[in-house]
Amino acid sequence: MYQYDEHDQRLLDQRVAQFRDQMRRHLAGELSADEFRPLRLQNGLYIQRHAPMFRISVPYGHLASRQLRKLAHLARSYDRGYAHFTTRTNVQFNWPKLEDVPEMLAELASVQMHANQTSGNCIRNITADPFAGVAADEVADPRPFAEILRQWATYNPEFAFLPRKFKIAFNSAAEDRVVLRVYDIGLDLVRNEAGELGFRVLVGGGLGRTPILGEEIKPFLPWQHLISYCEAILRVYNRWGRRDNLWKARIKILVKALGPEEFGRQVEEEWANGKDGPNTITAAELARVSAHFAPPAYETLPAQDAAFDELLAGNKAFATWVKRNVRAHRQPGYAAVVLSLKKTGTAPGDVTAEQMDLIADLADRFSFGEARMLHEQNVALADVRRTDLFELWQAARAAGLATPNIGLLTDIICCPGGDFCSLANARSIPIADAIQRRFDDLDYQHDIGEIDLNISGCMNSCGHHHVGHIGILGVDKNDEEWYQVSIGGTQGNGTTLGKVIGPSFALDEIVGVIEKLLETYVELRHEDERFIDTVQRVGTEPFKVRVYADRQPQRKAAHV
Amino acid sequence: MSDKIIKNGRVVADDRLTVSLAEGEVPADIAVPAGPVLVPLAVWQARREELLARARSGEVGVWLAAGEDVAALADDLGLLQIVGLHFPKFTDGRSYSAATLLRTRYGYQGELRAIGQVLRDQFNYMTRCGFDALQPQAERYTDEQLEAAVASIDDFTQPYQRSVKDPLPLFRRVERGTGREVQQ
Ligand code: HEM
Ligand code: SF4
Repeated sequence: MYQYDEHDQRLLDQRVAQFRDQMRRHLAGELSADEFRPLRLQNGLYIQRHAPMFRISVPYGHLASRQLRKLAHLARSYDRGYAHFTTRTNVQFNWPKLEDVPEMLAELASVQMHANQTSGNCIRNITADPFAGVAADEVADPRPFAEILRQWATYNPEFAFLPRKFKIAFNSAAEDRVVLRVYDIGLDLVRNEAGELGFRVLVGGGLGRTPILGEEIKPFLPWQHLISYCEAILRVYNRWGRRDNLWKARIKILVKALGPEEFGRQVEEEWANGKDGPNTITAAELARVSAHFAPPAYETLPAQDAAFDELLAGNKAFATWVKRNVRAHRQPGYAAVVLSLKKTGTAPGDVTAEQMDLIADLADRFSFGEARMLHEQNVALADVRRTDLFELWQAARAAGLATPNIGLLTDIICCPGGDFCSLANARSIPIADAIQRRFDDLDYQHDIGEIDLNISGCMNSCGHHHVGHIGILGVDKNDEEWYQVSIGGTQGNGTTLGKVIGPSFALDEIVGVIEKLLETYVELRHEDERFIDTVQRVGTEPFKVRVYADRQPQRKAAHV
Repeated sequence: MSDKIIKNGRVVADDRLTVSLAEGEVPADIAVPAGPVLVPLAVWQARREELLARARSGEVGVWLAAGEDVAALADDLGLLQIVGLHFPKFTDGRSYSAATLLRTRYGYQGELRAIGQVLRDQFNYMTRCGFDALQPQAERYTDEQLEAAVASIDDFTQPYQRSVKDPLPLFRRVERGTGREVQQ
């Protein structure tokens, strides 16, 4: 994991001092609410429904155990004992006090953490494959590049006031695990025919009220040019992106208006000036940063382990958990474990201080002191010896972190919605809760198999509902909460946007709708077909027909 | 009220007028006052010959609105001694790119002045993008506040990126070790 040197630390300390002074001037009335707003946003501080909301950055999702303990400490000292893990690998606190935030930032800085640019119209947290460095299908480790780009983006003076927010992600494996096509810039790590490393560059993806998938503008960018090329993209966007309308300000609108080809041409033209200049990444710099991501000191272990196999055979609950929550690892004898933050009865992604402390302990005991956040709002321990899995499982289970539901129906992706967010049309947590309670039965969930269910409380799409196999979106109808349901969205390599099945539903109808969608699937599915495969084969019509067939007429009101 | 600006990191008095075109005014017709002024690009383009001598002496400078392409001034940058870039709102960041381009692509060496909604909390970013003159709106800051704000120009002493002020990125500017010291 990347360790700060004196330069990283000094910059962060200077940022904390800067914000402390800004907060002081704001509280003293020298800095108006309007002038303070973008400053606090770029330090992660929102003003929300009940209280400020504070968003902490976790670059490419990596957390050291001491950082987790610091988050637990912040949750206890400044919040109500828990935090929320988001789909962009950030951590949010919902109840801090405005005036406490500078001190929270100082505490974070003591463990090399920050809230830099986690909001505002700037370059946001950069995400990468959560299984970087351990996945068997990896082309190369994306983390050194993500870190190099993070440094370039941090306090970048030219791009702090873009037309709108800007998000960058790296994919680095055959299987896309970051939903690359929904990012403003998607960087796909590839090798060319000569075996050299570079990026396939996508631009203009984004969800929100106008969901658009990113388009390729460069099939192969040698890695040395990563910064200069991104700078060219950002400069074209900063100069020519729309600023007259908040909802048309994302880069996706500019790319759509110009067409990806013309946009790519303008980027090339701009890039011609910066290419091969000082922003060219040196081999020495790549080596320096890469050294921080060297593999941990793995033991040489046999690929097979009789004792482990025996435990598997003898304990059904353990075997189920291994099947759902444990992933293959490229190192023989090791595995990657996903701890579920989706236990029925807790809001998806919510994690208590005690759980964070426990995850830190588990990371220290079993996974070289590191944990990783997944955009599905779960946490992974990426380097666990298979022989330790049983012990790890027992400890995680005792803390409610071992629900064997990864990839299943109750592994719901969900935004905070109307319970916390002032932009919401509707609440989303009660929907997730109702669905989890109704389908809590694990045998049923395993029978239904893999399915992505995503919930957003409004069209800002923080819950990625467009790319859920089932997507639920909160809509406002005469000040009442209604929910629009779509099916057929997918993330991953073949990312597609779901289709709305028809008029919206009231909150108490949603569980019934999900039931009917699942019944339809069970009736129509071929062997080995997942829900999404069936939807893709038969289309949305049979699902639609079933859902609306016996809907009570008085409920047909909401045509949203 | 302060009619002071920050020039090269110091608070100095300044009496330069910024001329704007009001609704319905035509570049060819408006009066360009005597003394130091900044005129809009449209006025400069319409009356270049007339203003040329005053421009060469530095009395007349040209300001660009956010979104006006700096390429429009490319041929005049050798003679202009002062160029202004406007911030219609402090959250409108186009002039950061314009400044960067003027200083790097076009090699402009004269005074580059930030005008419009210029706030002290952006002084660091502005100077790093090549502004050497910062002109907050009149009455926005007291003289004391402006003096205090000068320090913020150095909020970040050794930034990560290359910029106009730091022509090299950190990884070429300083020795950052090999990274090997962190390997387990
Ligand atoms: C509670 C405070 C939050 C507020 C006020 C908020 C606000 C917003 C807004 C306004 C957008 C739309 C931006 C646009 O389309 O230009 C957005 C998008 C998004 N937010 Fe949030 N959000 C919040 C929490 C979250 C959380 C908790 C998550 C993760 C679970 C999240 C993840 C995202 C994602 C993934 C997008 C989609 C970005 C895209 O369009 O590509 N946000 N958010
Ligand atoms: S999707 Fe809407 S309701 Fe949910 S967190 Fe985002 S802005 Fe708030």
